[in-house]
Amino acid sequence: MKRNLIIPILASLVILSLLTSIIGCAAQGAEPLPPQPRLRVATTTSLYDTGLWGYLEPMFEEKYGVELDILYAGSGIALEYGRRGDVDVITVHDKPNEEKFIAEGYGVERVPFAYNYFLIVGPANDPAGIKDMSPEDAFRTLYETASSKFISRGDDSGTHSKEKAIWAAAGYDYEVVRNSGDWYVEAGKGMGPTLQMASEMQAYTLTDMGTYVSYKSKLELVPIVQQGAILLNVYSVIAISPESNPKTNTEMANNLIAFLTSPEIQELIGDYGVEEYGMQLFIPCAGAEPTQ
Amino acid sequence: MSEIWQGLVKALELIITLDPEVMEIAARSLAISVTATLLASVICLPLGSLIHFKRFTGKRTLINLIQTFYSIPTVVVGLFVFLLFSRAGPLGGLNLLFTPTVMVIGQMILITPVLLGLTISALSGVDKAIPETARSLGASDFQTVAVVLKEARFAVMAAILLAFGRAISEVGLALMVGGNIRGFTRVFTTAISLETSKGDIELAIALGIILILIALIINLVLNRIQQR
Repeated sequence: MKRNLIIPILASLVILSLLTSIIGCAAQGAEPLPPQPRLRVATTTSLYDTGLWGYLEPMFEEKYGVELDILYAGSGIALEYGRRGDVDVITVHDKPNEEKFIAEGYGVERVPFAYNYFLIVGPANDPAGIKDMSPEDAFRTLYETASSKFISRGDDSGTHSKEKAIWAAAGYDYEVVRNSGDWYVEAGKGMGPTLQMASEMQAYTLTDMGTYVSYKSKLELVPIVQQGAILLNVYSVIAISPESNPKTNTEMANNLIAFLTSPEIQELIGDYGVEEYGMQLFIPCAGAEPTQ
Repeated sequence: MSEIWQGLVKALELIITLDPEVMEIAARSLAISVTATLLASVICLPLGSLIHFKRFTGKRTLINLIQTFYSIPTVVVGLFVFLLFSRAGPLGGLNLLFTPTVMVIGQMILITPVLLGLTISALSGVDKAIPETARSLGASDFQTVAVVLKEARFAVMAAILLAFGRAISEVGLALMVGGNIRGFTRVFTTAISLETSKGDIELAIALGIILILIALIINLVLNRIQQR
């Protein structure tokens, strides 16, 4: 390579990378430099895997002229992002940890906006024989027989929290359950991927109704336990407190809360998935905690 | 296994119809990784030359350390960069987390060990007679380094290609510091990861095929330049 070719070649490579950066940024309509009005939301996986967020995102962005950044997280990491101030608002479903989050000063207020139910799903032939038992009895049977596999989320998500609550209600120490044998599998994944794993392994798992219904066609799992007061699953939106993070986008976070609890959007949330799946995936509850 | 064939068909469909979301992901993946590779090269080629040519205590240890970091998992680098740029972290005030910019910085950090180490290896492979001859003919330090780099240019180009490969193929860092935000920080690898976890295997394979095609084109172009 002749010396006098090195410079033009290097220069053209630099220009090429600049061009692709500009084209890339123009293609998404964003300026190449931060900051710009963006609202960051960390969401539990079930609101994302069902497609609800994908459905609501363009509506919110258009109404408020803001870029919505949705981080697919899981309630555990969503709360951590909230504590660190890396997001402006979170949508999660883990009431005990949410209340702790607010008591510790990280969140402003817990605003429930939709609910559905958890259920235990499993293989159609129900090898553990737990069909239609109460959730606590079903878990007890799974633990005592220790023969059919149970897939736990294992990721400190809202669903994982609920699973732990059911173990506690059944009278067990979760640490003992976790280590009691190969029948208990910790997946460490979101709800959609966990369901797929359970289907592959023909195992039982705890899931929210929304994700289960939207994945059902890809799964070989059926509902096994659907009744039980403990299975109530409430989704809440929480704005990050400006005291904990002064730079948080409070105004837009409050817009999101108003949006999610507004009558038109509440109706859309209630209708979401009905046509496609033949049932409601989410039941709206406009800011009030649903009673059974 | 029929998914692979279906994926190939889907890839062709996405390319021919110029699917806007795929084009956007392609442009972004390239922009981030090309920029990271170029910027890292500008730093690592001179730095690698410096380390190679200068004598100093701990030189062997430094080189060992650099080579050890060839094996660092991308998710570990991702975690480190996340902690640096998180609002709660030291560089949090820059507000760069979950943006393409921090992905460029992260990939630069990721590929620096490989680029540094392989530059040093490339220079080590050059016959000692060459710099000695250059010096004896009166070349300055800068000119000597330039001559040796020129001799090692094929190995150096290989280092740059490898660094680019590592940058564009990694998932862990892009996911952790970019957040895989649709329309903003989603790149090929994070998109493939998401589509797989959603069970959309066909689309995941299609994206993988398109990524490899792009890498192939870049390789062909760079090889042609090298042969001039």
